[in-house]
Formats: sequence, structure tokens, C-alpha cells
Amino acid sequence: MNRVRVSNWVFAAYVLAVFSFVFAPILFSLVFSFNSQRFPTIPLGDFSTEWYAKIFADPDVWEAALNSLIVSASAAVLATFLGFCTAYSDYRYNFRFKGLYLALILLPPTIPLIIMALAMLAWLSKLGLSGQLWSIIIAHSVLTAPFAMAVIRLRLNQMDPDLESAAWNLGGSEWQTMRHVILPFCRPAIVSALCLAAAVSFDEFAVAWFVSGLNKTVPVIILEIVQGNIDPQVNAIGTFVFLVSITLIVLAQVFFISRRVKDPR
Amino acid sequence: MTWRLPIILWQLLFFVGPLLFMVAISFYLVKNYRMTEAFEFVNWQKMLSRNYFWDSYWYTLFIASLSALFAMLIAFPAAYALAFRASESTRRFAIFLLIIPFFSSYLVRTFSWYVILAESGVVNAALGYLGLGPFKMLNTHFGTLVGYLTLTLPLAVILQTVSMANIDRTLVEAARNLGCTPFATVWRVVVPLASTGLIVAMLFCFILSFGDFVAPFYLGGSQEPTLPILILDTTKSGQQWPRAAVVAVMMMVTLFAVAFAAIAFAYRKRATR
Repeated sequence: MNRVRVSNWVFAAYVLAVFSFVFAPILFSLVFSFNSQRFPTIPLGDFSTEWYAKIFADPDVWEAALNSLIVSASAAVLATFLGFCTAYSDYRYNFRFKGLYLALILLPPTIPLIIMALAMLAWLSKLGLSGQLWSIIIAHSVLTAPFAMAVIRLRLNQMDPDLESAAWNLGGSEWQTMRHVILPFCRPAIVSALCLAAAVSFDEFAVAWFVSGLNKTVPVIILEIVQGNIDPQVNAIGTFVFLVSITLIVLAQVFFISRRVKDPR
Repeated sequence: MTWRLPIILWQLLFFVGPLLFMVAISFYLVKNYRMTEAFEFVNWQKMLSRNYFWDSYWYTLFIASLSALFAMLIAFPAAYALAFRASESTRRFAIFLLIIPFFSSYLVRTFSWYVILAESGVVNAALGYLGLGPFKMLNTHFGTLVGYLTLTLPLAVILQTVSMANIDRTLVEAARNLGCTPFATVWRVVVPLASTGLIVAMLFCFILSFGDFVAPFYLGGSQEPTLPILILDTTKSGQQWPRAAVVAVMMMVTLFAVAFAAIAFAYRKRATR
């Protein structure tokens, strides 16, 4: 018995070590963002909000934040729409080439971003769509739709298949059934999908950097600052970025989990 | 069909379209800094006859494989603990936590490592108190690997935990009861039963590392440029999109080959025992 206890402790310590490695960069970014040193190290310097003051006074950062907001919100809505349609057609229908159809929407995240970035840049400039904010939106909708699709598909799995037929039997048209039965059932998953897609879009830098032209989003600004030199401003922007994406992801998960617990089907 | 048509059109236009066009431009020519339509093999000949391309190719393959292997090995004990030693609720909470970094800015996390691993950074300062160092960690393979692991480790732990948590526990207990040692149980019962999930996890780690330019660029110092860095340089500085497309197509082919092999291996028919 004692050996099991010891090994449990060893395992716990190991898991903790892995988690510290994973979370160290996030925590250090937060700590350094309030640190007065130009080259942060231990022992820490004084508490300072200098870097925050700097970024808040920078109009470029504000513009990038606004761009990011527009891009991630629009991409999320578009991706969730695409994801919902795919998830529903996968749930509801059987048809030929279904595998191919699902691959079409699920594959983008497996293609390296740098390749998507080059391909999107070349293609969108050929179509005359590059260098605009909506170039990023289009590209991000393709990249984030699979995440939305996965979340909504999991939710549809929990739905009683008879629910839809019951609604039809009671005289509901296909659209009424969609509006009053399926959409309400999927609502938590839809909110969750929106948050997740927004988070992925908000953090994406490669494609955004290639196709954005002069309309920079926050990650693109970070990329440009980082190319110059060590600049602790990045920690301040980074902390802000973490805050946004962590909030979105936690929201996505909470919406998804809380519903699962409530109706334990 | 009403549900499918818009999706198919959108994805064809903005997912398949760009990728096919990229293959097409690898045959285009660049004249006076402008891309002109053509069907020439010049770019392919130029890239594939250069030593730096092949150096970069093998190095990328090597370091991405190494990263996938490390991610799997480092994640395994943690995933094993979460799957077999932790309670259901702890496991869920751990996965909940790990999903957060996986989806939060990789770029900023990499920059954070840059500061942590610097000559006078936190790690070297801490080691200094112990009378060790300073070690050069940036601009080395070690730096690149730390970056890759930042990207892959959360995913590796999640996927491994899920695939091991699905194993029928009675089989594991049976092995122990029949006198199998703990390590042999892991190697001969747990790993084979979870092998499909483990291989898929490793594949994802490989794909992520293979396609990432941030870690080798900022933490590895791009002393040995990986293929993504090659694409980046060729596109951004030289305006040589066709040549970058050649590199990208080579990457895609490699990824397909690796993914195909891995999936075939993961779902292979087991010989009857």
C-alpha cells in the first residue's frame, strides 16, 4: 500500500512539473509586464505600470485592437454558421462522398499555417481580395470553422433523434423545427463555438500577417515588435492577449460543460 | 443539399482554391519582380538542386520528429497518472486547464520563453545561485525544442490521457493479478491498447512542429533555417512566391506521406493473437 502512495506522490509531482512548464510562459509574461526592468530576470525589479502606459498611449496598438476585435468577431460568426451547417448536415443526412465533404471542412487546421498563409496570400491577391480586413476574416473563417463544427456536432450527438420527428409530426415545418427545437437545443454549443472560434482567430498570426497588408491585428503588431528587439511592451500586450483568449476559452468550456451536467443524457 | 451547397462552395473557393493555386504558381515565372503565368519547371529545378534546400529539409524532418518524440515521452507519465491514478473530476479539470494554453497565443508564449531562457534570464539567474551556468539556451536546438514543446505538450497530454482513460481497466488489473510487473503492464497492455490514440497524438505533434516557424526563428535563431523559415524568407524578402510555393508543396507532400503512413499504421489489422 505504501508503495502505491509513494508512486502517487511521484506522479503528482511529475504532473505538476509538466503543468508548470506549460503555464510558465503565461505566468512569467504576466509578472514581467509589471516589472520595471528592461531585461526582466530574477531578482525582479520594481513594480511598474510603465509598459502598460506605453501601449495604452500607442495609437497603433489601439488600431490593432480594434482590427482584431472586428476580425475575430466576424470570423467567429462566419465560422459558427459554417460549422453549424456542416454539423447539422452530418447529423441529419447520409449522402455519397460524405467523408470527402467532412474532410473539406475539417482539414484546414492540419495544414501548417505558414502554407495556408502563402496559399491565401497568392490566391486572394489573384482574386483582388488581399490587403483588406475581410481578407483575414475570410481566411480565418476557413481556419476556425472545424472547431465550431466539432463543438456543435458533439452537442447534436446528445440530442434525441426522435425530437425532430416529433416536431414534424406535430405539424412543425422544417424551418420551424429548426428554429424552435434544434437551435435552442444547440444554443450552449453555439455560444461555445463562437467563443472558441473567436479565440483561435484572435491569436492567429501567420495568415493574418501575410494577407493583412496594412491592416494589422494585435498578433501581427506583436510579431513586428518582437522582430526588432526585446521590448517589455510585448509582455503588456501579451498579458492583454492572454486575458482575452483565456476568457474566451474558459467561457467556451463552461458553456459546454455546464449544459452537459444539467441534462445528463 | 441546401445545407451543404454553401459550405462546399465556400470551402472550395477559400480552402481548396488557395492550395491548388499554390501548386500552380510553383510553375510560374518571376519577371521584373512580377509573377507571370507560365508552366516552367525552373523554380523546381532551382530549389531542388540547392544544397541549402535539402539541408533544411532533412533538418526540419529531424527536429520535428525529435520534438514529437520528446513530447510523447514527456507527456506519457503525466497522461498515465491522469488516466489511471486521478479521479474522474481531477482528470476533467486537468484537461480543462490544458485546453487553455493550447488555444492561447503561442506567439506570446514563445516570446516569454525568449526572455526566460536569455543569457541573463530567469533560468540562468536561478542556476547562478546554485553556482551553475550561465548556459547558452537561445539560438540552439534546445531553444527550438522548448518552443515546439510549448506548442505540442498540452495537446500530447490531452490526447494521451483521453486514449488511455478509455482502456478497459479490468484488462490492466488482470495483467497485474497474473503477475505482470508494473512496467511490463504499461508496455505490453496499456500501450498496445491505446496505440491508435498514441500514434495520432504523435502525428499531431509532428505536424505542429514541422509547420511552425516561430520556435526555430526566435528561440532557435534560425541558424539552421527550417522549411517554414525558408518559405517566410522567400516570400517576404525576395518576393519569390513561386519558389516559396515549391517549398510549401514539398512540405505538403511530406506531411501527406507521414500522415498516411501513421494512420495506416495506427489502424492496421492486428495479427490474430
